[in-house]
Amino acid sequence: MKNPFIIYIIQRILQCIVVIFIGTTVTFVIPRLVPSTNPVETAIARAQMMGQYTDPKAVDEMRRVLKKLYGLEGTTFQQYIRYWGSVLRGDFGPSFSSFPTPVMTLIRVSLSWTAGLLLLTTILSWIIGTLLGGLAGYFSEKPWARILEIFTNAIRPIPYYIMALLMLILFSYVLPLFPRGGAFAIGLTPTFSWQFIRSVIIHAFLPALSLIVVGIGGWFQNMRVLVSNVIREDYVVYAETLNISPQDILYKYVIRNAALPQLTGLALQLGMIFSGALITEVVFNYPGLGFLLYTGILRGDYSLIMGITFFSIVAIAVGALIIDLLYPLFDPRVRYT
Amino acid sequence: MFNIIKDLFKFDGRFRFSIITLLCIILFSLLSFWSPYDPSSSYYVPSNIPPSAKYLFGTNSRGQDIFWMMTFAIKNSLIFGIITALLSRILSIFVGLISGYKGGIIDKVLMSINDSFIVLPLLPILILLKFIIGRMELTTLALVMAVFGWSWDARLIRSQVLSLRERDFTYTSVFSGMGTLKITFKEYFPFIIPIVLATTVNNMLWSLGMEITLAILGLSTVEIPTIGTTIYWANQHQALISGIWWWLTFPVIISIFLFLALYLLSVSLSEYLDPRLRIQQARV
Repeated sequence: MKNPFIIYIIQRILQCIVVIFIGTTVTFVIPRLVPSTNPVETAIARAQMMGQYTDPKAVDEMRRVLKKLYGLEGTTFQQYIRYWGSVLRGDFGPSFSSFPTPVMTLIRVSLSWTAGLLLLTTILSWIIGTLLGGLAGYFSEKPWARILEIFTNAIRPIPYYIMALLMLILFSYVLPLFPRGGAFAIGLTPTFSWQFIRSVIIHAFLPALSLIVVGIGGWFQNMRVLVSNVIREDYVVYAETLNISPQDILYKYVIRNAALPQLTGLALQLGMIFSGALITEVVFNYPGLGFLLYTGILRGDYSLIMGITFFSIVAIAVGALIIDLLYPLFDPRVRYT
Repeated sequence: MFNIIKDLFKFDGRFRFSIITLLCIILFSLLSFWSPYDPSSSYYVPSNIPPSAKYLFGTNSRGQDIFWMMTFAIKNSLIFGIITALLSRILSIFVGLISGYKGGIIDKVLMSINDSFIVLPLLPILILLKFIIGRMELTTLALVMAVFGWSWDARLIRSQVLSLRERDFTYTSVFSGMGTLKITFKEYFPFIIPIVLATTVNNMLWSLGMEITLAILGLSTVEIPTIGTTIYWANQHQALISGIWWWLTFPVIISIFLFLALYLLSVSLSEYLDPRLRIQQARV
């Protein structure tokens, strides 16, 4: 048990469990703190108000699931245990809007789109932002570094929604270069053909671009500050006096060290990036989890929203765990000390 | 304290810009107290009239004067942002101070909770809460936002306290018999006021952005005018397609100025806080 690497891994897994625990508990506790609400009836009234056609069987099914999750029988502690039971079994019932398909099936279908988009854009924007930020921090006197800094300063406060809307208006209405939404052209069937793949790439381009542009800004600015601190460290001065080429210093010593906090930052900001991706999908009608969530809102599909929320909590917690487990690969100190 | 503000105002163009813009926006929102119309009523003026001398920002399809509606919207949004920021400050200051000063197991537990709150995917959770609770007043929403909005700032405050703890005056206070609460709140608190200010501004930016997002999805209480619900109603009536551009333009312009002012204020404050950045700025 003295091996620090194993202790590190156990700590990270515990952290992952804590995230899931807190996320679930919060969704149980907060509705109970707000006075005079009956979650079950509120949700059903809302669904009936919004749903175009209400299948009585669907309402019954929904009431059953809701009562299990938010019913007021028994003590609060018993309710809480029941709540966990339902969540752990993934029992969110059938989707209300597309009865009787189970919620989990709907989520599984749209998950691949979100996962693809999110994975690609997060990795790309992290690498580009970190590299550019590293360069700009190291060569902070150069004019291009200043220009990059002003540019990222300008795009950083732009919310995801606004950026996505801007891209949509610019590149699909004003300049009709890209399609206005969807994941592939209508009429195509998902096959492994060049035509289909091309269509997928063209449709994913704008959502991906808007996510990457917003993403780069934050990573760039963090990295620039980190690097400008690292280059004052003794070991960098020492490397300079040893006449190691600036390129080697930059890539082998400066960026490698400064990128470590960036990796921790990635694990921490995963939830925010995920929320941003959901909003972007809504703007572009991209058929991922965000779009599914939006459909759920429009139709008052309570179990769908519930399912997506818990699924997101678990997915983000696991994603952060994976990044944390990759961390020792980049930081030998965790492995050996 | 006042000297700092005076200096920042004199030497930092961003600070000057944001303070002046914010003052203008606050004055604008104060006009709502003299509004001739009730914000919840509609169809009291002819609808869809472009901006003119009589209707400064034009009127919308619901027969409301956009100028006066905006004064209410900005006021409500600002109040919402401030409530969220203040409430979440209480939590973040408390957790940051205790966690940084106590260290050890308490620090580990608090930071583990803290990091969980940072990681959580907020948007789906908020949507779910909104659905369960049903009708949520703006203050309730602010409360819920405060529950989620404290964690990042608690982390910043904690790191500040970690360095304060190593200073000599900590030992002096411990040896003169001060307790944890007294040391943290009496001795450390003055040092973290600047960082609290900077994070307050950041937190307002975040909560206002979230409110707009929720409203666009149709999830906030749409009868109360805020920046978000103004955009929601404009979208509902398809203002851009039917050519009523002034319905969206004025809210968007005012909110861009508000966001920019808050952002530059937080950048200017945090640069003031980090002397290394100041030196770098001076060198270039």
